[in-house]
Amino acid sequence: MDRKLIYVDHAATTYIKPEVLEAMKPYLTELYGNPSSIYYLGRESKKAIDEARSQIARCLGAQPQEIYFTGSGTEADNWAIKGAAYANRKKGRHIITSAIEHHAVLEPVEFLRREGFEVTYLPVDQNGFVNPADLEKAIRPDTILVSIMYANNEIGTIQPIKELAGIAKNKGVIFHTDAVQAMGNIRVNVMDLGVDLLSMSAHKFYGPKGVGCLYVRKGVQLEGFMHGGAQERKKRAGTENVSGIVGMAAALKLAYENIDRYNEHLRKLSSRLIDKVFERIPHVRLNGDRHKRLPGNVNFSFEFIEGESLLLMLDMKGVQASSGSACTSGSLDPSHVLLAIGLPHEIAHGSLRITFGEKNTEEDVDYIVDCLEEIVAKLRQMSPLYEDFVKRNKG
Amino acid sequence: MADIIYFDNSATTKVYPEVMNEMNRIYSSVFGNPSSLHRLGNEAEKILTESREIIAETLRVSPNEIFFTSGGTESNNWAIKGIARANKKRGKHIITSAAEHPSVLECFNYLISEGFSAEISGTDQSGLLDIESFIEKINDDTVLASFILVNNETGAIQKAEELIAAIRAKNKKTAIHIDAVQAYGKIPLNLKKLDADIVSISAHKIHGPKGCGALYIKENTRIIPILHGGGQENKYRSGTENVPAIWGFATAAKIIHENIEINRNKVKRLKSIVISELDKYFGSGGYFVNSPEDSYEGILNISFPNVKAQVLMQHLEAESIIVSTGSACSSRKNVQSHVLTAMNLPRERTEGAIRISFSGMNTEDEALRFTEALKSIVPKIRYR
Ligand SMILES: Cc1ncc(COP(=O)(O)O)c(C=O)c1O
Ligand SMILES: Cc1ncc(COP(=O)(O)O)c(C=O)c1O
Repeated sequence: MDRKLIYVDHAATTYIKPEVLEAMKPYLTELYGNPSSIYYLGRESKKAIDEARSQIARCLGAQPQEIYFTGSGTEADNWAIKGAAYANRKKGRHIITSAIEHHAVLEPVEFLRREGFEVTYLPVDQNGFVNPADLEKAIRPDTILVSIMYANNEIGTIQPIKELAGIAKNKGVIFHTDAVQAMGNIRVNVMDLGVDLLSMSAHKFYGPKGVGCLYVRKGVQLEGFMHGGAQERKKRAGTENVSGIVGMAAALKLAYENIDRYNEHLRKLSSRLIDKVFERIPHVRLNGDRHKRLPGNVNFSFEFIEGESLLLMLDMKGVQASSGSACTSGSLDPSHVLLAIGLPHEIAHGSLRITFGEKNTEEDVDYIVDCLEEIVAKLRQMSPLYEDFVKRNKG
Repeated sequence: MADIIYFDNSATTKVYPEVMNEMNRIYSSVFGNPSSLHRLGNEAEKILTESREIIAETLRVSPNEIFFTSGGTESNNWAIKGIARANKKRGKHIITSAAEHPSVLECFNYLISEGFSAEISGTDQSGLLDIESFIEKINDDTVLASFILVNNETGAIQKAEELIAAIRAKNKKTAIHIDAVQAYGKIPLNLKKLDADIVSISAHKIHGPKGCGALYIKENTRIIPILHGGGQENKYRSGTENVPAIWGFATAAKIIHENIEINRNKVKRLKSIVISELDKYFGSGGYFVNSPEDSYEGILNISFPNVKAQVLMQHLEAESIIVSTGSACSSRKNVQSHVLTAMNLPRERTEGAIRISFSGMNTEDEALRFTEALKSIVPKIRYR
């Protein structure tokens, strides 16, 4: 196939960088020891994990003992939320989160609610921001956990995490942030942020799938999640995914080294896309804040259009984009994030998420804009709603 | 390093070269998120579907009964906690054996804190469940019975059909979980015939990648997830799928099942070489075989009187021969094997027990080099 293929769905997942894959290979071939084994092959694997742990800790400004490896970002979120809730249930049963979290946070919280915990969902404003005053007000004497995501996976909104974590800290409440989308785009430093728990996932920053990490500040009460062998200082059992862990550390290191250049690259592409779309396509809105958002994230709503049709036609032109989060893209419900920022159902349905990555170019942007202009016009021509709208405006 | 003799295949295995090639191909060319609706997402989804079909085929079950996980430990955690929690309104009694892997025992321990009554049943001299007393303990409240099929320390093969029939006869509502992590790919499994409800397997024990496993869940089994989120794996196991590893797992499963008989004959031969050489040199009283008679031949647990296992291991390692003192998970703790202890073996046999675990990749020459090494090392390190 020599058709054009433009991948602009980096929030769903990224390809693995060749350097990262190279770093992983020895642990998929000759160095196959089980890190728990005490002989040479085992020790080599253990060493690789320890080095990866230190590497990640250095990036985050954490101590190596505060880093725990998991099987995904979802596992890190599940562990943080259920582990903190169960370990502290004697103190209280109230949990606070936001309305726009990823399902990997919302579902564990919902599970806990069914188990007898109480949950407060903080609202967000029209750009997706949590108001710190709302958090302040929501914290009760029996609140044991606050979980608010660093950057939103659909509209890219970056929360004032430092301020929010500070509020929780003042009241002695554990603060977790899902940094799965932030990592690799923002130079996250846990000391500076003051968070207690932080989740990440390697496949969002050019690392392998199936490996994530939970930062657990020293002293935070957290129950284990996977029970069994003594791996991860008895907190997370299971033979370690050595190659995956090595890959995650290598990917994070590369991401931190190149973060400024990467951000600038992404921001340039995003701005170009936003400007050109506004210039050439009417009745479109940008979801999320124009500035305080992930540099590679653009989320539009095109009025009078079904997002699914738009995606399908873009796909036929080789443009690989998404309508929101990948996990729910099979479902027909409108995004809970777009509803939370106040979009009416019919507009939420016409949304498109484009998330740029390293290899995207300005030509890609121009091609996408051309495609969008053509497809949106075509779809609107077929839309009775648009017809009514045009008539009404003429009359 | 080139001529290292690796006899610790129960701890983990070397990835098959074909598996590595296939994973490399997926890493470099299929990176989409299977949940994405576009073409790259579809490509990844296809790999996932095909992998599921391959694994299902090896277990003689249908693909919609296979759920991918991050490994054997997650599979066991999910099976045990998921079944117990889903059925807690019906009963709070769960039962397993004393010879289980820690990833089963620790879940049982943990569930006590959720109000379950977790019972551990004893094993006989050969490390197998004492079926009669196991069945006796099952009552109307028993929602889960869990047992290991091939023991990771001794190779003992539980008489699963007999046991399952007896459990069903006692309480047909008790869900039956099998930890088949060491059995999968080593002995043929037909889960439909076996009538188990949930079965755990892990890729890195069959020359696949670490950090990948699966859980078989029979249709209509009452179980709830432990990982909540985006709803992957038919809403039962959330988290972006580890596509390259899953494909590596399926590739390894295919290869190992194509060779299951050849491998079995191979490890049988290696075991008999080791035993006959040791018999010849040490005599029948000069060493003990801790693995029961008709165990899986790929795992051979032996001890030498007045020899400390750790010391023997180190001497063997100096000659590039790798064996272990039991399960890898516990090998950093300097403790007696709970499995051998459960078998009621005398201390002199447990403290000196080493586990030799073969794979189809080992050779007869390696077995001979190993016994030669034992002959020269053991007399030097006896402490009495
Ligand atoms: C019998 C048994 N069950 C479960 C496991 C755990 O599997 P994993 O290492 O994939 O977490 C192992 C191996 O460590 C095992 O031998
Ligand atoms: C914000 C956020 N949290 C959590 C996850 C889940 O991570 P993983 O895909 O590694 O399970 C994702 C991605 O899917 C995400 O975007």
